[in-house]
Amino acid sequence: MKLKTLLASAAMALGLASGAFADGHEKTKVGFVFVGPIGDGGWTYEHNKGRLAVEEALGDAVETVYVESVAEGPDSERVMTEMALNGADLIFTTSFGYMDPTINIAAKFPDVKFEHATGYKRADNVSTYSARFYEGRAIQGHIAGKMTKSNIIGYIGSYPIPEVIRGINSAFIHAQKVNPDVEFRIVWAYTWFDPAKEADAAKVLIEQGADVVLQHTDSTAPQAAAQEAGNVVTFGQASDMGQYAPFPRVSSIIDDWAPYYIARTQAVIDGTWESTDTWDGIGPGMVGIGEISDAVPADVKEEALAMKAAIADGSYHPFTGPIKKQDGSDWLADGEVADDGTLAGMNFYVEGLTGEIPQ
Amino acid sequence: MIQLEKRPQPSRLFAYLTPLLAVLATFFFGGLLFAALGKDPVTSIMTIFWEPLFGEFSFYYRPQLLIKGAPLVLIAIGLSLGFKAGIWNIGAEGQYVMGALFGAGVGLAFYPAESVFIFPAMVLAGAFGGWAWAMIPAILKVKFGTNEILVSLMLVYVAEQFLASMSLGLLKNPEGFGFPGSRNLQQYASAHNAEIFAGSGMHWGVVAAMIAVIFAYVLLARHRLGFAVRVTGEAPRAARFSGVNPSRLILFCLGTSGLLAGLAGLFEVAGPAGQVSIDFNVGYGFTAIIVAFLGRLHPVGIVLAGLLMALTYIGGDIAQSQLGLPAAAIQVFQGMLLFFLLALDLLTNYRLRFGRAEAA
Amino acid sequence: MDLSVINPILLVAALMSAATPILLAATGELVVERAGVLNLGVEGMMIVGAICGFAIAVETGSPLTGFVAAAVGGAVLSLLFAFLTQVTLANQVASGLALTLFGLGLSALLGQGYVGVKPPRISDIGFGPLADIPVIGPILFSHDPILYFGIFLVAGVWAVLKFTRVGLILRAVGENHDAAHALGYKVVRIRTLAIMFGGACAGMGGAYISLIRVPQWTEGMTAGVGWIALALVVFASWKPWRVLLGAYLFGGITQLQLNLQGAGVAIPVEYLAMSPYVITIVVLVVLSADKSAAPGSLGRTFHASH
Repeated sequence: MKLKTLLASAAMALGLASGAFADGHEKTKVGFVFVGPIGDGGWTYEHNKGRLAVEEALGDAVETVYVESVAEGPDSERVMTEMALNGADLIFTTSFGYMDPTINIAAKFPDVKFEHATGYKRADNVSTYSARFYEGRAIQGHIAGKMTKSNIIGYIGSYPIPEVIRGINSAFIHAQKVNPDVEFRIVWAYTWFDPAKEADAAKVLIEQGADVVLQHTDSTAPQAAAQEAGNVVTFGQASDMGQYAPFPRVSSIIDDWAPYYIARTQAVIDGTWESTDTWDGIGPGMVGIGEISDAVPADVKEEALAMKAAIADGSYHPFTGPIKKQDGSDWLADGEVADDGTLAGMNFYVEGLTGEIPQ
Repeated sequence: MIQLEKRPQPSRLFAYLTPLLAVLATFFFGGLLFAALGKDPVTSIMTIFWEPLFGEFSFYYRPQLLIKGAPLVLIAIGLSLGFKAGIWNIGAEGQYVMGALFGAGVGLAFYPAESVFIFPAMVLAGAFGGWAWAMIPAILKVKFGTNEILVSLMLVYVAEQFLASMSLGLLKNPEGFGFPGSRNLQQYASAHNAEIFAGSGMHWGVVAAMIAVIFAYVLLARHRLGFAVRVTGEAPRAARFSGVNPSRLILFCLGTSGLLAGLAGLFEVAGPAGQVSIDFNVGYGFTAIIVAFLGRLHPVGIVLAGLLMALTYIGGDIAQSQLGLPAAAIQVFQGMLLFFLLALDLLTNYRLRFGRAEAA
Repeated sequence: MDLSVINPILLVAALMSAATPILLAATGELVVERAGVLNLGVEGMMIVGAICGFAIAVETGSPLTGFVAAAVGGAVLSLLFAFLTQVTLANQVASGLALTLFGLGLSALLGQGYVGVKPPRISDIGFGPLADIPVIGPILFSHDPILYFGIFLVAGVWAVLKFTRVGLILRAVGENHDAAHALGYKVVRIRTLAIMFGGACAGMGGAYISLIRVPQWTEGMTAGVGWIALALVVFASWKPWRVLLGAYLFGGITQLQLNLQGAGVAIPVEYLAMSPYVITIVVLVVLSADKSAAPGSLGRTFHASH
């Protein structure tokens, strides 16, 4: 209890102190807690780009701070507390493992707003946000199904969790739609970040005959492996990976946190911030589709862009029935659309995928 | 030409002086580094060392020093016993992981039953897990004479894979929407290693660390076993003559260090960390090795070294957030501090003599 | 499940490339340990080599210059360790761990401007028609020059240790530094040179990852390979050819694991991933019958006070 009183009084003191400057000069302070180094070229790199975009868009009205490579657990709680004590108005915690720490610290600082990425626990001052990457996967699946000649598509997964399984299903459904003979080979790297392992996984898939490699890991190692092999199609993941365009990278899924971060910071400045659960996709721009390069035939590119438009305006949902589960049981009836709850906890493959999800 | 001459007795003066000298040298070179990165060196160093201890929010950071320092001290105390006797357990990280897995496993097995016996059972299981993992290199060394440095190090990687397997499999939270990681023990009252006084940072792991420090101090100063440890390290042959059983000593030293590392893991997973997850271990087992040496393998020294390490972690995070220093700069700064502390220890045991070398 | 999709020839060729970083680092560490020094800083030296090699290769446009720079970078960093352990007589275990911490931080600082940059490629050696020979061609004649350099390095270290005076002195220093000192050998100087050699090899191993295997620069990209190299030296019982064998085994397990997954075999990846370490422990036990395997003075501090 003592700590809570102390924290509350400190927060109050700060509130008073900042109140003194409340004549329009007060800056809104935004903190970012990053799980990796900002130089990882992937997940944290993109979140940091979002942070820089906030600074650019809102200029003098905001001040941002960040701490990188923060371990999940007590270290993250300490970093969040430090930010809150030092006057942060809004804190983005950008890794799934920060979920419980965020909830804990948010309870101690009711006046500070928290935004937790990819989690499912919320509170009055804790929002969650995540991106519907599977929408981008649908487009990739379509292009992949059209582009493959060997009918073997390789897929590099990180860990067998719902987020990744969703992406595999989405890509497979749309690849199979345009190419019924397509076959997915899935390799789990069991790491979020290990470029050497990712390179190995890509090479193995290519050796096994894959001429399209999709990846759910964030480094450009698979692109480099594909470039070396010469005739393998890849897609950028997390960032555009444009340095490998126009081939082997023919398009990409881009994590674009900037619009969301700017909007939420603006909401705090305006005093309109509310706890929400945001799961945005292509429409609001949280999932960006990198330019489809000329290596893709014009008609395929057109179809892909049409699908992108349909997903963006809500007229098409990538998980629309009829879809059966891998074991042949019914999942979605004709025309039925998957509900978000099932998608969030997805732990099964759809019909046609081979192999098992590792347990 | 500078010559080194071994002191007949380690210098007490330098034992106290060298850490200070090392810190000053780190301030100087660290300051240069921060200046090179375009930050004010004085502010940077003040932020790292002053802010957590005496700054505006020190009421929050001081307890955090205990939370961050306790596992380091607890593990380092155990390691120091072996190191003194020339028995090298560098696999504390693995023992820490196994302690956490065993302890959390026992706790989760009882979920959702509430009972006062659950937490003590977890403590026992955690201690057992760490002890058993350390017994592997111990028994192999006693039986076959294998090198315990290497076996204990290898077992770290085995333990880490085991941890990954458990967080994705057996211990995965069934209500966690398929995400890896166990239930949060903080939300399971009987299994939660809560702060004894809220806001004090004082959890059972801190208490255990204190007990371990006192235990080690008494053991080394007063007990026959402590004598055996010291004499084995200093003069192994004399130890044999004075009736020290080397096998028993190996089992004792490795077992104790494993047990304490296991406890540290259990207290961490049941308290500050809360859950078993793939990246649950953050390197305390390796950092504790450095802490043990920085503390000159002395119980009191280890407490100070553990707190110093904790300070640089906490202050380093503050410096990142407030000054925009990259995490890498903090790491380099910590590396410098360790280098100076290790290098200057020379002055405790050796005297520098300036003059021409005699025929060497 | 369809095991026929695994091409054993390509598997072997791939594992040779995958094994090269550990092979280079472990060969260096083998020399260090043979001289009686345990340097746990391999990971730190590798990552510093990875960024030095990457940066210089990008700046000069020449990957080979990059490899030279990586060797220099690793060796310079290892000098820190040599100073701590040989001059100020600090404990080797603690110094090595501190070196890794320092190296990881330093590499991240050095590499800040190189994220997302594509390095110049190193081309495979053109063996002409040899590369087209079935089976043998892809395995033996389709690699980059550094991979062959790694194998020559093993052969060289083996020959030097076994047949030359330098090797004899190095082994003598590692077996019993007091005796070697009494014979008039400069223990500290020899060990310092060995440590620098180890640093150079580790640096090149790191650069192999950043310039050839991946190729790109990202912080922390060595991802623990340095520790595997340490295990490998033990696994090889301090014998160069066994390092080569072990590196292919260690590299092979990862490659095989990925191949099996691609073929749709459900395998417990974690248990397979821990197997190299378990095997190493078993090897240690088996070797313990042979008391001469480990260098006698390994990890002990030397000071010529007598």
